[in-house]
Amino acid sequence: MTTTNGEFITFDGVHKSFGKNVVLDDLSFSVGAGERVTLIGPSGSGKTTILRMLMTLTRPDRGTIGVDGDYLYHEKRGEALVPASDAHIRKVRSRITMVFQHFNLFPNMKVLRNVTEAPIHVLGKPKDEAEARGRELLEMVGLGDKLDAHPSQLSGGQQQRVAIARALAVDPDVLLLDEVTSALDPEIAAEVLDVLRDIAKTTDVTMLLVTHAMKFARDVSHRVLMFNEGRIIEDASPEQLFNEPEHERTKSFLRSVLDET
Amino acid sequence: MSSGLMSYVWEGLGNTLLLTVFGALLGLVFAFIAGLARSSERKWVRGIAMVYTEVFRGFPSLVLLFALIFIVPTFGYQLNPLFAGILALALNIGAYAAEVVRGAVKAVPPGQIEAAIALNFTPLQRLRKVILPQAVVAMIPPFTNNLIELLKATSLVSLVYISDLTFSAQLIRASTGETALVFFGLLVGYGVIALFFTAIMKLLERMAARALGRTVPSGFFGRKEVAA
Repeated sequence: MTTTNGEFITFDGVHKSFGKNVVLDDLSFSVGAGERVTLIGPSGSGKTTILRMLMTLTRPDRGTIGVDGDYLYHEKRGEALVPASDAHIRKVRSRITMVFQHFNLFPNMKVLRNVTEAPIHVLGKPKDEAEARGRELLEMVGLGDKLDAHPSQLSGGQQQRVAIARALAVDPDVLLLDEVTSALDPEIAAEVLDVLRDIAKTTDVTMLLVTHAMKFARDVSHRVLMFNEGRIIEDASPEQLFNEPEHERTKSFLRSVLDET
Repeated sequence: MSSGLMSYVWEGLGNTLLLTVFGALLGLVFAFIAGLARSSERKWVRGIAMVYTEVFRGFPSLVLLFALIFIVPTFGYQLNPLFAGILALALNIGAYAAEVVRGAVKAVPPGQIEAAIALNFTPLQRLRKVILPQAVVAMIPPFTNNLIELLKATSLVSLVYISDLTFSAQLIRASTGETALVFFGLLVGYGVIALFFTAIMKLLERMAARALGRTVPSGFFGRKEVAA
């Protein structure tokens, strides 16, 4: 296993089960600032749950999650760790955002407003500044001509690119990408992945990705974590993991995924 | 019909519309409070909302009206009869409509709320900016049903001597003896008012759908709706 450079995001002894089904089993790992880490593994192995925990959409049963020195679900009171208040969770969460498999654009807002709503009303940016930045981001994802469209008038690939612009508009330190191309045709998916490649190249945002697009994962990630049954069974550079996987389960998983594509 | 009798009709129509419109507005307030409270994080808030919904949905409007007009005064409060009518109707229809609000809020896809959390909206912002604008579109068609129910229920107030359309019809019938004609006219009258309210609600539905970038077929009867 490789070691991490820095500990920007830390999972320490995180456990999660849904009913009897153990999704994450005493999981510990960390991600450095600016690092791009891809989580791979068979479905149900807990990858998405990790992203959802970081986004505070799913609470861990046990363990701590840290983001740049602050705990996400706990506050330090003197020496003791106590469950975090809503205000604390909101403060730590402000550094993180997520792009979803099914885009989740707000249908009641036009494209530009989808992108500017949080900068204006959550970050408190002036409207014209937020709109200028929103236009710039939509231009960057190739949708500068769709500012006034309703999300329902866009194709899936276009909606996902808006969702990416919307996520970048809140200036996140951590960007979580949860199977962002799984709902798209391969050709359309490629456009979305190109946008993400650009972002990876031009920004130093920390990224955690769950994806089945292995070539993309190899291109953009610094590190790949292979999950199986709620545990990390292999943690390596993409070259190492894709070319010379150590673990038998990794080999069989890669074989089945690469056969598909 | 003499102009004296016509003035009964106009007064009755005015009161019926007044009861319907203000009953609906007040009912809407009850419905939103109770409907949103049903998805509160606090158990006691959900409890109160549930008790309101179950109790007032179960009470016949007429009994509620009698209670407000004949029982409340024994405690020393004399409600204005028209206001008592509006309140009784609103409490009842609000309980029905609360279920509509609750259902529509629950029907907003969880992904929408998750996206709002990912953008770090406050719980109130999630409700105001994401959940309600989408839920309201789904509420309008069932609200139309509630509104028509309310319109028909207003005729109950004639039993406590409020001069609504039905009360006026009774007066006209008594003074002319034209039972069949008067009641037939009354039925047509309610029917026309119902159509009028339905048309307004259709218009609201179209406006709300347009805000979501959807379209609702125009025309009063619309087009055949295709199951999604």
